Amino acid sequence: MTVRVLVAKPGLDGHDRGAKVVAQALSAAGCEVVYTGLRQTAAQIARAARDEAVDVVGLSILSGSHLEHCRRVIEALRAAGLEVPVLAGGCIPARDVATLEEAGVARVFPTGSSLAAIADYVRGLGRAA
Amino acid sequence: MSKPDKPLRPAVLESGIEVKPVYGPADLAESGGAQGVGAPGEFPFTRGIHRHMYRARPFTMRQYSGFGTATETRERFRYLIANGNTGLNVAFDLPTQIGLDSDDPLAEGEVGRVGMAVDTLADLEEAFDGIDLDAITVSMTINGSAAILLAMYAAMARKRGYDLRSLRGTLQNDILKEFVARGTWIFPVEPSVRLVGDTVIYCAQELPRYSPVSVCGYHIREAGANPVQEMAYAFAIAGAYIDHVVGRGLDIDEFAARLSFNFDIHGNLFEQVAKFRAGRRLWAKLVEGRGSTKPESQHLRMIAGGGGGGLTREQPENNIVRGAYYALISALSGTQTMALCSYDEAYTIPTEKAAKISLRTMQILIEEMGLCDTVDPLGGSWYVESLTNDLERRIVAEMAKLGDGIVGAIAEGRIQATVARQAFEHERALQEGRIRKVGVNCFTEAEEEPDVQFHVHDGAAARRQVERLAAVRARRDGAAVERALGRVAAEAERPVRGRETLMPAIIEAVSAYASVGEITAVLRRAWGTFKEPVAL
Repeated sequence: MTVRVLVAKPGLDGHDRGAKVVAQALSAAGCEVVYTGLRQTAAQIARAARDEAVDVVGLSILSGSHLEHCRRVIEALRAAGLEVPVLAGGCIPARDVATLEEAGVARVFPTGSSLAAIADYVRGLGRAA
Repeated sequence: MSKPDKPLRPAVLESGIEVKPVYGPADLAESGGAQGVGAPGEFPFTRGIHRHMYRARPFTMRQYSGFGTATETRERFRYLIANGNTGLNVAFDLPTQIGLDSDDPLAEGEVGRVGMAVDTLADLEEAFDGIDLDAITVSMTINGSAAILLAMYAAMARKRGYDLRSLRGTLQNDILKEFVARGTWIFPVEPSVRLVGDTVIYCAQELPRYSPVSVCGYHIREAGANPVQEMAYAFAIAGAYIDHVVGRGLDIDEFAARLSFNFDIHGNLFEQVAKFRAGRRLWAKLVEGRGSTKPESQHLRMIAGGGGGGLTREQPENNIVRGAYYALISALSGTQTMALCSYDEAYTIPTEKAAKISLRTMQILIEEMGLCDTVDPLGGSWYVESLTNDLERRIVAEMAKLGDGIVGAIAEGRIQATVARQAFEHERALQEGRIRKVGVNCFTEAEEEPDVQFHVHDGAAARRQVERLAAVRARRDGAAVERALGRVAAEAERPVRGRETLMPAIIEAVSAYASVGEITAVLRRAWGTFKEPVAL
């Protein structure tokens, strides 16, 4: 089964090189990727996740506001009745990983993560579902 | 008997140029010779825009800084000045950069995070309190809301009794590159360019020593462009601004001398030096070709420091060494201003310690390494002159691909798509080890939590900023604010008329303590919002 992924940029940060690289890597790995573009609110991301019927949501955050944004998006997804795993990528220090996981982030891929590892993980989510 | 030569490994630059194992006079002749080099300070300025360059005055050192509230930013400014910085480079938080007030729901969690929060003139007044505006040049990294921040800076200077005609500084204000990279756009492409035009015209009339635009190849390269595209896109964008302003009735020599550039440094040392030399020569010809007769208009004035894109998260101390090489490249390239990336930038906003190491790196170059003794020390090298010729040709060819259409190509997302595709290819090459990066795919080490100190975001400072804004709103003259905002709205809705600009209306608004968010909202109602093309 083909995994459908939403790659989203929450918040105001405009650095989208990483989000676009990961989106292309996932496409190349056979996933169907929807990229939201910049400055998405949690509500917009949840709506896109529902409308596009995605299996997983990947958030790219480089401004340092990852804790706030991940919490808000997870809340919005739950409020929309969506049980899709949420991944976080970007400029995320190792010491915040546990906090993000407690907040419900399935997996954190900080700057420098292997594209192959991200693709494998995402495809694995498809098999699990 | 000599053995047959072992085949040599290939050496290909990011620009696609194949490097020969040896360069001599014949190779230089083949690439076009050295006739086009000229003398420093003379057209076409290949060797530098001034005759004596750093021998007369070393490069300006300007570190990027600013975070939290105006009070904290002022403390950092004073620290930098006390340590020998000769210019300030102000960072603003994201809400300020995209025209939102600190109490906007969309600003939650972002206030004061990546730079200083500015809502009203009161914030700028506090940040620069006690700093002599004539003694220092202030560069503001602001784009979408640049016209408002320029209005605030001018209003503050006027209130403090400065002559606007003597003020020096730089506004980044390159909105076209924000659509390609960095992303702090607000309005659609056309009114965005008009607003840049307004600031250029206003500065030409009122702040003749101020640089209203710093055209940034830097961010486009950071987003994935190669060195040739970095220069080609920057020149095409600068050309679009020039054409717009000339179209409004100014002579190119009334304003072109105040345009400046911001470029990236990472990658091959010689390719970067040649890129700047070629760029300087080509820009002079391009401006002359547009009818300029004033040499200053033809100068490629630039800030160039290390690019964050060259730094690594792995073995972060290696970034101190990389930063030193980037500074060396910058000095060998004859840049006017240097702003080095700091070794912890792959993780966080630079800490005080990291910012100081960057500053000291530049000072060591000046004081110990002899970089300021003589102009363009690599000039005349068969290799560097050959590369300079080759790169100039490639930049011209890349610009030819664009035709006259950089603005359309950006509005439709075509440049963005090209750059994103290259970023992906680059990342793949890096991960597959085809591009070597120390600590990343060779000479790697098992690393635990890296030993860098993090810049800590202060949530309490964000709350204080929201309170400050409420207090300013409570004590300002509400009727004056309404009147001024009404004038901005009326003028923004009118068709663009020649040399008339929105700046006087915006200055009236900020002087009445109208906020960044309020003024932006008025302009957004008149012009709408940019719709981002997201196709990859």
